[in-house]
Amino acid sequence: IMCASAKYNTRGPALIPRMKTKHRIYYITLFSIVLLGLIATGMFQFWPHSIESSSDWTVEKRSVHDVPVVKLPADSPIPERGDLSCRMHTCFDVYRCGFNPKNKIKVYIYSLKKYVDEYGTSVSNTISREYNELLTAISDSEFYTDDVNRACLFVPSIDVLNQNALRIKETAQALAQLSRWDRGTNHLLFNMLPGGPPDYNTALDVPRDRALLAGGGFSTWTYRQGYDVSIPVYSPLSAEVDLPEKGPGPRRYFILSSQMALHPEYRSELEALQAENGESVLILDKCTNLSDGVPPVRKCCHKNQVFDYPQVLQESTFCVVLRGARLGQAVLSDVLQAGCVPVIIADSYILPFSEVLDWKRASVVIPEEKMPEMYSILRSVPQRQIEEMQRQARWFWEAYFRSMKAIALATLQIINDRIYPYAAISYEEWNDPPAVKWSSVSNPLFLPLIPPQSQGFTAIVLTYDRVESLFRVITEVSKVPSLSKLLVVWNNQNKNPPEDSLWPKIRVPLKVVRTAENKLSNRFFPYDEIETEAVLAIDDDIIMLTSDELQFGYEVWREFPDRLVGYPGRLHLWDHEMNKWKYESEWTNEVSMVLTGAAFYHKYFNYLYTYKMPGDIKNWVDAHMNCEDIAMNFLVANVTGKSVIKVTPRKKFKCPECTAIDGLSLDQTHMVERSECINKFASVFGTMPLKVVEHRADPVLYKDDFPEKLKSFPNIGSL
Amino acid sequence: MQTWKKYIFLTFLASWLLLFFFGGDQLRHFAFFSRRKAEARRNWPHWTDQSLLKSFADPEELQSDGDISLLSPQERRAAWLSVYKNSRCRMETCFDFSRCKKNGFKVFTYPQEKDQPLSESYSKILTSIERSRYYTPNPKEACLFILSIDTLDRDHLSGQYVRNVDKKIHGFPLWNGGRNHLIFNLYSGTWPNYTEDLGFDIGQAILAKASFYTENFRPGFDISIPLFSKDHPQRGGERGWLYQDSIPPKKKYLLVFKGKRYLTGIGSGTRNALHHIHNGKDIVSLTTCKHGKDWEKHKDTRCDKDNIDYEKFDYQELLHNSTFCIIPRGRRLGSFRFLEALQAACIPVLLSDGWELPFAEAIDWGKAAVVGNERLLLQIPSTVRCIHPERVLAFQQQTQFLWDAYFSSVDKIVHTTLEIIKDRLLPHHSRSRFLWNTLPGGLLALPDFSTYLGDFPFYYLQHGSSPSEKFTAFIRATSPAGSPSQSILRLIQATSGSQYCAQILVLWSCEKPLPPSGKWPQTTVPLTIIQGRGKLSDRFFPYAAIQTDAVLSLDEHTSLSTSEVDFAFMVWRSFPERIVGFPSRSHFWDPEQRRWGYTSKWTNELSIVLTAAAFYHRYPAREKFGGTVGLAAFSPSPRSLPRYYHNLFTEYLPVGLRELVDGLAACEDILMNVLVAAVTKLPPIKVTQRKQHKETVPQQVGCKDGDVGTPPVGELSPSPLHSPPAKVKGMAGMAGGQRFSQQQDCLNQLVDWFGYMPLVSSQLRLDPVLFKDQVSILRKKYPRLEKP
Repeated sequence: IMCASAKYNTRGPALIPRMKTKHRIYYITLFSIVLLGLIATGMFQFWPHSIESSSDWTVEKRSVHDVPVVKLPADSPIPERGDLSCRMHTCFDVYRCGFNPKNKIKVYIYSLKKYVDEYGTSVSNTISREYNELLTAISDSEFYTDDVNRACLFVPSIDVLNQNALRIKETAQALAQLSRWDRGTNHLLFNMLPGGPPDYNTALDVPRDRALLAGGGFSTWTYRQGYDVSIPVYSPLSAEVDLPEKGPGPRRYFILSSQMALHPEYRSELEALQAENGESVLILDKCTNLSDGVPPVRKCCHKNQVFDYPQVLQESTFCVVLRGARLGQAVLSDVLQAGCVPVIIADSYILPFSEVLDWKRASVVIPEEKMPEMYSILRSVPQRQIEEMQRQARWFWEAYFRSMKAIALATLQIINDRIYPYAAISYEEWNDPPAVKWSSVSNPLFLPLIPPQSQGFTAIVLTYDRVESLFRVITEVSKVPSLSKLLVVWNNQNKNPPEDSLWPKIRVPLKVVRTAENKLSNRFFPYDEIETEAVLAIDDDIIMLTSDELQFGYEVWREFPDRLVGYPGRLHLWDHEMNKWKYESEWTNEVSMVLTGAAFYHKYFNYLYTYKMPGDIKNWVDAHMNCEDIAMNFLVANVTGKSVIKVTPRKKFKCPECTAIDGLSLDQTHMVERSECINKFASVFGTMPLKVVEHRADPVLYKDDFPEKLKSFPNIGSL
Repeated sequence: MQTWKKYIFLTFLASWLLLFFFGGDQLRHFAFFSRRKAEARRNWPHWTDQSLLKSFADPEELQSDGDISLLSPQERRAAWLSVYKNSRCRMETCFDFSRCKKNGFKVFTYPQEKDQPLSESYSKILTSIERSRYYTPNPKEACLFILSIDTLDRDHLSGQYVRNVDKKIHGFPLWNGGRNHLIFNLYSGTWPNYTEDLGFDIGQAILAKASFYTENFRPGFDISIPLFSKDHPQRGGERGWLYQDSIPPKKKYLLVFKGKRYLTGIGSGTRNALHHIHNGKDIVSLTTCKHGKDWEKHKDTRCDKDNIDYEKFDYQELLHNSTFCIIPRGRRLGSFRFLEALQAACIPVLLSDGWELPFAEAIDWGKAAVVGNERLLLQIPSTVRCIHPERVLAFQQQTQFLWDAYFSSVDKIVHTTLEIIKDRLLPHHSRSRFLWNTLPGGLLALPDFSTYLGDFPFYYLQHGSSPSEKFTAFIRATSPAGSPSQSILRLIQATSGSQYCAQILVLWSCEKPLPPSGKWPQTTVPLTIIQGRGKLSDRFFPYAAIQTDAVLSLDEHTSLSTSEVDFAFMVWRSFPERIVGFPSRSHFWDPEQRRWGYTSKWTNELSIVLTAAAFYHRYPAREKFGGTVGLAAFSPSPRSLPRYYHNLFTEYLPVGLRELVDGLAACEDILMNVLVAAVTKLPPIKVTQRKQHKETVPQQVGCKDGDVGTPPVGELSPSPLHSPPAKVKGMAGMAGGQRFSQQQDCLNQLVDWFGYMPLVSSQLRLDPVLFKDQVSILRKKYPRLEKP
């Protein structure tokens, strides 16, 4: 925009002298420009309407049979066969995907056409219900773009889900004439039933050149690792039958085989297993004497006993999924849905989404040759693990098998992860069922590191105007050997901090940071001035801590760098009468929090407090001018899953100057407020993350009968 | 003037019109037009008859799945064997599983021939295999074979290139077309193309190769290993360089590279472009043209300036001070700098298209490295800038974990290779990706122990579970009397009084017969007496009877109260991966003797907690168990269950050390502590204890030979330094000095074997919250801990 007008302006002055002499030309030009402008404005007015009218086909109801017909000449080009050496870096054009801040690929779908050969016979069924669902899912997802020029991935609307339903050569020709085909580069085909008799290839036989294949039933020889995507064979039963998740616990059968079309060799092996182990093994077969009207796929039989399928799968701990003519079996989906642990017996099979899913957590894979040992192998799986696998199996079905939409989105996400690997979804996100995601903790400081002592710690003193007491704190803290820097956070906007010359002279750098607002959260801001990992938060009235106590606190923090290490401990309790949490500061045998009036913690938690505190906790704290320490305790416990460490016997921060005139009433309101904070935070976190422990840390020789002068931290012990 | 105004007006009008005309398209993206635009998105249509569409396959078709009678599974598998060979090898077609059936996973190395020169790296690899618990000197029981011919360097211009390999290997009777062989290789091919040709036919052998190209990689069969230098340590290995977790990453540089720029030939495409991203500030990418003899022939205009800049920076300095390191391909795909960056916690930014990353079958590199794309080199700076500080922190820690778990020594690299192959043999008993990629890593989390996460002490938090709420007390009785001693009766009483005690096991380690059942006290919890073999490390037998996660290991002479047991157990539940116990010892470096010392003096630090009174997870107990059973293999014992044969301990300790441990009383504590510290990298935890233990020396006379029992608790022993190193076995009433010398020997041998000192010191002790506080004793939960 800017460029266009600028150009015109620069040309303007050059035109002026010439036009002065040619008034008529000037008026004509003026007139024509105005006219042009009018036309432009007019067009502009009508333009959006014209787009809308043409785009109305989204709203417009049409039949799949009304789509344009494309005739394929017999000699139209056929793509090369699939190139087995294709990998993302050789066959995929990443330049089309570009760098975008959202790290999302853009997927374009070709519009639906009907392909016929020279004689007008159609090449395939126009589109199957499943493929239509799949394309709808892509179209509704955030991957979708309708702009073919911005697309990174192209999905043809030619349905190749089932190879049996299409004419191979003509389908290939249809692919080749797609507008952006370009040897199949960046094209994605979905296929679930590949191959045909007699040899049943494990990948789609349609020549497809460089196109990526999302296939159900790849073998390790046809699967191009890191290029193709292995997908499940969708089971339409998923949509028909609602099987509620079955809880853990023993099931009637141990091993169940529900597949109808088993090779006689397999069937005899299974029958041998059954003969050996009796009732706990159930092998189902087709029913021979079903009354009319019952869909045969919903019943199966053992001898004369009739079972409902797929409900019967829920009665078994393990369900056998054997290969048939093809490797991929729709029964896998049914088995997972039933929360039955699949026993996969299909050598060389690439399991669905194996690039991201950890099948070892949801299934047992047994080599075909080991089939006779199946029973003993499965018996060796611990019961608790079986229950976990059942839960995992169900979760895989819910997340990745349940619908064509789930299958489509998982496929696109896998490709997306390859193109933007640094933004890829993690193993945990792919594999952990919601229950585990909810209950598990992944500690951001997971590496067991004991930070070097030499690093020291940074003391942060939050102060408002108590200069005298502040100076005393500074003097006291500066005696701690491992102090490496002192940071004073000046929280008073109305008053300037004392002049430089007035500050106590200490051996480490002292910095004063002035804040913009008097907020409690300022104490937990990750100031750039903090150069050490360890932070000692200390109030401007904590003058009673000895140098030994502080130094010991730092040493303890070094051994537990991912925890809050503090002095007086506090406890949360469940108040059965009031049915809510209560704050407790009495002499208890347990602690779940430490006060941050003086506490060591990792600087990382400052960062978390400032930027990642859930909900409105930060605002609550600033509004109430209270409970910042409880918030910090919640945050750390929630992110690490670990308890605090209380050090030394100290129970209170009592300042000698304070007199007890405030008395009980203040104390009580204080307690009520603190309890309120706990309840508020627990509801924001959705859980009570605090951990209760019964221990505190003392120096190894604390109170031992040993010469005090030989102890590292003799001056510890007051309450 | 009027015309002037007109002109100006006209100009404005025209520009306005033009603006509207050309800019309209962009303008519509904003404000009032955006709604319409959204509607205008051409979505996939909703067909009127979509509910009538047919399914892609009818249910019968899905169920019957083709004509199955055509393909007999057995015939098909037999046919595969002849089709899927050589470059199409997979485990099921090229590996003979039956060889591993009888004896399990055993690895045989060909005997070395005298005239065969071995490179330093290859002899390290062979040593690592011989140090492995899978090693067998007997080819008959072997499942996997390793050649003694050095195949590491297959660049035929190299001095270490071994000629006529084909002829040699075909002469080996065991070769068998390469079946069940594992071939190691670091360099293949040569100038100018550096193809991955090894210069001999590997046949059906598994190839463990550095710089693997995905296209040549046989998935699930070959193994990609990292390129390591000949100076790579045999064992132990240096630790990583990350000493602190800082956020945001407080490093001087964001992204660095310093290396050669190839002017021509393979790999030059990427190396030639690297200088483009150099900005001289936080991104430093330095290249030199100087390499090879005739570089000046290809020299271009940049070379002189680049060469000067190149000398200005030090590679090590850059490595230490950068958050990200570019690891571009060289002539080959892998390079030394990959491991160097990993160790330095400099997050690798890989620019090596088609490189099958080391151990990618097990390791999830997405958690430790940025896998870049050579074609998108210029996007790398903005990509790494966009990575969130939290993620950077996680990346850095993961590099350190991976380095320490799988790469820091030749032992680790080789053992990882073997474990990956072993996992393929029993897919149902193998490690999940979670085990491989979570601390402490796949080499320490043994699937033979369990594949259930909750059974290990490491994963409670990530798994969302917690350790069991009960413990098993395990008391070893060594008193010579025919009936249980007073102290053991007291101990049984005290532990059975704990509300957390599930059962008590007494190991009768005496040659005297078991006392009759009437002599044992009545307890509320089950009491089981086991007749031991009399071996010292009996203690660590994970008798199948142990059902709880926690084991309280006790010696007959230990004196503990119920309070102490209860409190210690509560502490253990917070630290299930560590040893939590009462009496402690510490180690120190003795600069005079230049060796590690061990002391039981009261010190301000501790690094060892005696197993005479300690809680620990039964997992490490099993670790140790393997060791003793390893020995039991020489003197078969009815208790050695085959399930426990494969174990961490056996892998970690050579036979000599195992004998030492079994012979020396004092070593078991050290060993247990060293082992747990090597796994957790953390110190043990000492809890408080009453200080009035009887200082009686356990009387071992007459019980059995060998020095059993631990030094009395709380003993202030003589300085260990002056006692002569003596190794006396089977002497009763051994002098304390000898014991300490033994313990010191033991410690030093363990350190030597591990290659570093795994023990970590702690300065704290955990006490009950109100311990010795000036408050009513009635308020305290563990008052008995304080009674004088």
